[in-house]
This record gives sequence, structure tokens and C-alpha cells, in this order.
Amino acid sequence: MLHEGMLKFRSRARGAITGAMAAMLLAGTGLSTEALAQEKTITAVMHSGLRVLDPIITTAHISRNHGYMIYDVLVAVDENFQPQPQMADWTISDDKLTYTFTLRDGLKFHDGAPVTSKDVVASLNRWAKRDSGGQLIMDVTESLEASDDKTIVWKLTDPFPALLDTIGKQSAIPPFIMPERVASGSADEAVTEYIGSGPFVFVEEEYQPGVSVTYRKFEDYVPREGEPSWMAGGKEVKVDEVKWVTMPDAQTAINALMSGEIDYIEQVQIDLLPLLEASEDVVVETRDELGYQTIGRMNFKHPPFDNKKVRQAAMMALSQEDVLATLIGNPDYYKVCGAIFGCGTPLADDAGSETLTSGGDIEGAKKLLEESGYDGTPIVLMQPTDVVSLTAQPVVAAQAMRNAGFNVDMQAMDWQTLVTRRASQSKPEDGGWNIFFTNWMVPEVNNPLISPMLNGRGDNAWFGWPEDEKVEELRAEFIAADTPEKQKEVAAKIQAHNMDEVLYIPLGQYIMPQARSTKLTGLIESPVPVFWSVDKEQ
Amino acid sequence: MFGYIIRRILAVIPVMTIVAIFVFLLLRLTPGDPAAIIAGDMATPAQLERIRTNLGLNDPLHEQFVTWIGLLLQGDFGTSLISNTPVSSMIGQRIWPTFNIAVLTILLSVLIAVPMGVLAAWRHRTWADYAVMAFSVLGFSIPVFVIGYIFIQVFSIELKWLPVQGYKAPSEGFWAFLSRAILPCLTLATIYVALIARMTRASMLEVLGEDYIRTARAKGVSEKIVLFRHALSNAAVPIMTIIGTGFALLIGGVVVTESVFNIPGIGRLTVDAVLARDYPVIQAMILLTSAIYVFINLVIDLSYTFFDPRIRY
Repeated sequence: MLHEGMLKFRSRARGAITGAMAAMLLAGTGLSTEALAQEKTITAVMHSGLRVLDPIITTAHISRNHGYMIYDVLVAVDENFQPQPQMADWTISDDKLTYTFTLRDGLKFHDGAPVTSKDVVASLNRWAKRDSGGQLIMDVTESLEASDDKTIVWKLTDPFPALLDTIGKQSAIPPFIMPERVASGSADEAVTEYIGSGPFVFVEEEYQPGVSVTYRKFEDYVPREGEPSWMAGGKEVKVDEVKWVTMPDAQTAINALMSGEIDYIEQVQIDLLPLLEASEDVVVETRDELGYQTIGRMNFKHPPFDNKKVRQAAMMALSQEDVLATLIGNPDYYKVCGAIFGCGTPLADDAGSETLTSGGDIEGAKKLLEESGYDGTPIVLMQPTDVVSLTAQPVVAAQAMRNAGFNVDMQAMDWQTLVTRRASQSKPEDGGWNIFFTNWMVPEVNNPLISPMLNGRGDNAWFGWPEDEKVEELRAEFIAADTPEKQKEVAAKIQAHNMDEVLYIPLGQYIMPQARSTKLTGLIESPVPVFWSVDKEQ
Repeated sequence: MFGYIIRRILAVIPVMTIVAIFVFLLLRLTPGDPAAIIAGDMATPAQLERIRTNLGLNDPLHEQFVTWIGLLLQGDFGTSLISNTPVSSMIGQRIWPTFNIAVLTILLSVLIAVPMGVLAAWRHRTWADYAVMAFSVLGFSIPVFVIGYIFIQVFSIELKWLPVQGYKAPSEGFWAFLSRAILPCLTLATIYVALIARMTRASMLEVLGEDYIRTARAKGVSEKIVLFRHALSNAAVPIMTIIGTGFALLIGGVVVTESVFNIPGIGRLTVDAVLARDYPVIQAMILLTSAIYVFINLVIDLSYTFFDPRIRY
């Protein structure tokens, strides 16, 4: 009897469990896709998941890319490195001390409110608190005011010829224009309202941090006249929706592109390219010829790199070709480049990089090291193991330095531990460090005002904290240079100074290929992946 | 029975309290700084300090702990330090894909593995037994991502029957859901079928050697009744254990499978949070996962009493 009862109970329980499971399976949310079936949607796999939605508080590239989707900028540098009007035109007074910006007609925020000069002033002020270029301009700012709804007057105490280049730059923190109520908040606290006046609207209800983000075309956006060129020119949106999805597995992204489930991959791992190149439905291309600069940075506060000769010996031991070949592998996607401002940029100059670009000089490095009086102090070299684009450089550099006679203590860690540890000014043996490696987009280092490694203000400088009056003098000279020729002249001096002092070691340039479905057309050349001008064949 | 259930439920409280304290302290001892992730490469020490202050990371540890526990007791998991999103809504978005995939995987695994295990035990030392054992060894031996890639290559790339990746909620259409769930479930099921089949076989072999089975057979009871009513219900306790812990593991997030099939589940959420040192998310995820384990263990324990009444005493 007991057995029969148990069976009945089990049968009922099975029914209940099955029902509950079915109910649970049917739970969850989701919109019907039928209504959206006829719409043009681009599904793109970006280089990382979007987690920080305020592009002013962070320098993360994905947040910057998000910024260009939903915000607009006053001025934008085009592919010839020239500042062009975007939201505003400008005039400059004869004494070069007053910049007057006039907003163009038809600018609206996504909530329908018109963009006014007060919004611009608040946005520029907040941006300048976060951006190093902005801080330099604010050092010479007498006033920044809205004189009427459409006019912004920026008065300086001293000329700052690079003002338009600085507010028009595309990285690391472009001055995106937000509504005054949003931009008037603290610059150290992320905004919580994501309203811009850019070509796309952020769809907040569909946002999943780190997983996907959806942008709808902003129907009221009035593009500027003219062809798009980098972040300048007309931003005409030709699709209804752009969806960024995160795929942590590179192979999955490639499979999804080949099967037509996605339309675009922002960065393809070089070693996986042959898979895509075999597909007729996929185009592999590069749309950013500048790419990235990979670098090594030493700690100036502690021995042995507080000694210039030791720094020089380490640089002399390194070979860009060895680093790049290990990091990228395929020579089509990297180039040996000794210019700290990046090859292909107006300020490029490769003076002083001979050993780096010609395969290193181990014997010379040994000799220099001997002369320096290096006593065998272990070099704490930090190696991040979880970032594909940063794991190879430390290994190659460590071996080259060992060959030259350095006692290298390579310590493996995750990138997050590294970024925390590199902020420590403790001695290397007490949790500090001696050298680490990272990458920058070339537009982030292509002039001395924005390149973080060329700040010589000691404790206020970038990690490594060099105290270098000479480089500060040269930066001031660059600020005062009022013609491209004079700027180039000063840039060459900074290049030579960097290679002599070894403020940092440029280890070459590489580009990352992108991949798209053949259905996508009209993508523009740009270091920042943008989705205006792009169309999709249905 | 009632007293037994109450005792088991009350035992959850100290376990969860210890987990909460342990997780909180462990995270604070781990190197890493969410402010550095938020601010990026160009942040100055002063900016980092201000961001830390805004996030409350400069408050004394005990104050941070009290604030967190206080919110937790009100059912509030706090806000992500990185994305500024409520942790509960992040979990709400991520738990369903994981849960649905886990349920389907376990259902599939049980439906395949239990008959396989019974067959192997029933036909002990025959080709059927060897085949089941061979499959079990393979299921354990091949890494899950390799199986996933093979399935994708065959069913998605070559045959074009199923999508490569992604997740759709059942409310977006049953086929939309199922077509994306099949491959990850099959992939995971290879492990769980192997696991459950082995356990079923071992447990059944033990029971099939008992006197009452011989007696039942001697009485002429049909082999089907012997196997599935007499033997299997008595072999069920270890099988239930393996199913329960397997389910808990799946709910805890199977991050490799979630990555290979691009499923936005809680495994990936946890890994991302750990890499970004997003303390509120990590704390919530570990607590939630622990709670799931504790709950499933409770259910398993209670199910023992259902199959074996001696246990409740």
C-alpha cells in the first residue's frame, strides 16, 4: 500500500514539477520581433562589453565609442588631422585669445529639448576636469560663457593654438555635449541619464551591461552637410537600429558572422583570419591605418630605472620586430615604427630609435649596463596574463633584458591586479614595480599634449612618475607653437628627448582587422568604429 | 518529518552568514581596484581617490560591511560599481538564460542517462554495458568547449540547422528559444549523461545483487517492474544526489559553455564581475550561488526521506 501511495505521489509530483518547469521556461521577458522584422538592424560584435555608460568618467574605448553613438561634439578632427565644425562653427579673435562658437540650427537632444550654449558650457567644464588636454586649456582660460542661446565665448589669458585640435580630438576623452542638468554634476561621479544629441538614441530598457546595448536611429538628427571624414562631416544614419553584442569567445563571433547571425566584428584576432578569408560572404579589412602603439614604461622613482643609463640599456636590448612578431605574428598587420607620435601622423619623427627598429643591440646594452653600475637589483616586470594584446610583450622584453644582463623577475597577474599595482609608488620589493607594458591608440599619443607618457610632472605624471623639467618646457613650447611647421620642430625635439631620457619605450605599431558581412556597405575609414553612413542590404 | 525539515532550514542561516562574511573579507583582501577600471588608463591618483570616495570604497571596512548587510536584509543587493546598474536587475536579466539551460540540460541528461545506466547494470559485462562505460569515459574526457565547437561545426556551420550562438527567451517564440538552447544543452548533457549514467549503473548493480530482487524475480515479477519499480527506487538516493549537485553546478553558471554559445548567463556575469572587481555583483553572485547550493542540498536531503523513510529518523 505504501508503495502504491508513493507511486501516486511521485506521479503527482512529476506532473507538478513538469508544470512548474514549463512555467519557468516560459517566464522571462522579451519583445515580439515580428514588428521589427522589416527594420534594418546591424548586429555588431564590439571589442568588449559596454559597462560604463559615461564616456567622460572613463577612458575605456568602448565607452568612447558609445559616446560617439549618442552624443555629438562641437568640433571634430577629420582624417587630415584638421579640426572641422560639427555642432558649431567658430571665429578666433586677432589676438588669438577669444574663440566664439555658434551652434548650428536644428540641434536637439533625444528628449526633444533644443541644444543650447548653456549645455555646451556645462559639458566642456565637466570634460575639462577629466581630460588632461582640457586641464591645460583651463589653465589659460579666463572665462567660458554662454553669451546667448547659440553662442559660446571662450576667453583665454594666453594663446593656445592647439585648442581646436584638443576639443576636436577623438580619443581618449572627447568633449561630448550633454544637457546642462546632466553635465553640471560631479566629474568624478558617473552620469545616470544618457541623453545626447547624436545620431543614435540609447535604448535604456534593452541595455544589459557587458552583454548587449541597442541604439535606435534618432529621427530628429539633422546631419551636417558634407561627406563624413573621421568624426567630422555628415553623420547620416541609414539603418533603424544598431545592436552591439559582446561575445567573449572569438571563435563564436567568427562562426556567427559566417552564418549571418551578426554583421560586423570590430576586432578580429589575427590568427583566426584565415577562417574568415575563406568565406565569400565576409569581408576582412582595416579601416584604421594608424592603429595602436605598444609601449613599455619604467618606474623612475626606484632603482635601477631611476638611472638614465640603465633605462637606456634596457631600451637598447629591445627589438621592435621581435616584440611585434610575437604579439601580432602577421607582418601585414604590424610595422616597426620608432616615432613616439606614431608613424603616419603629422608629427612623426623616428630620431633616436635606431636600435629599437633594427633588432636591438645586446652587446651595446651589456656595455651600457656595465657603465651604469647596475648591481643586479631584480627588475619587477609585470605580465598580465588575461589580455591577449598584452601578454607577449613582457615575455619578449624579459628575455632580451636577461640577455643584456638584467636580473628580471617577471610576475604574472591579471590586468586588474596590474592596473592597481602600477598605481603603487612603493618599492618594487614591497609591492611596487619596475616596468610594465601597455597599448595606446595612435590618436591617443599623436601629440605631446595628449600623450600621457610625456608628462614630466613627477607625482602628478602618469604611472612611472618621471620628474622632467625639460619635457615640460618642450610641451609649453609646443603649446605656443602657432604653425604646423613650428609644432613639428618642437615635436622632433620631444622625440629626441624621449629617446635620450627613455621616458617610455615605443615598441611599434599594429593594426587590428575588422570583418563585416558583404551586406554592409558604406563604413567609413576611422579609428573609432562608427555606424553612420552604413547601410545594410536586406 | 516536520521537525527534520525545520532543523534543516534553520541550519541554512549560519551557513549563509559565514559565506557572507567570508566573501566580503576575501574580496577586500584581493588586489584590484574598481576605480581603476572605471577611470581607465589616464586617471591621476587624485581622480582615482575621488572615484573611490564616491563609491564608498574609502569607508572603513566595518562600515562598508554593515551598509551592505543592511541593504541585503531589505532585499537590496546594491548597485554595480562599474555599470551603475542595480545588481538585482543584472541578476534578473542573467538568471533566466542559465536557469532555462540548466533545466533543459538536466531533463535531457536524466532522460538519457537513467535508462542507459539501468541498461548497463541489467546487461552487466555485455556490449551494452561496455558501450555505456565507453560513452561515460568519453563524456568526461573531452573538454566541454571542444564538444561545443564540434556541435557548432556540424549542426550550425555545415548542416545550417541551428544558430551558432545567442539566447532568446521562451516568450520570444518556443522555436527561437529551443533552437538556440539545443546545442548548449546537448554539449553540457554529454558530461551529465556520463556522470548520471555511471552513478545509476553503480547504484543499480549494488541493488540488483540484493536478496529482495532475487525474490521478486523468483516470484515471477516482470523484469520491467523489477528494474524500474523495485531496483531503481532503491538505487535512487545516490542518483538524486548527483542530479541535484549537477543542477546546482549548472545554475552556478557554466562559464565556458556560456562563452562558447554566447549565452548571457550568470557564469559570465560572475567572471566579468571578478575581472572588474565589481564587489557588489561578486558578493551577490556568490551569495546567490551559495543559496542555490544550500537550497538544492535541502531538496536532495528531503528527497532522501521520500525514497528511504529511514533517513527522516
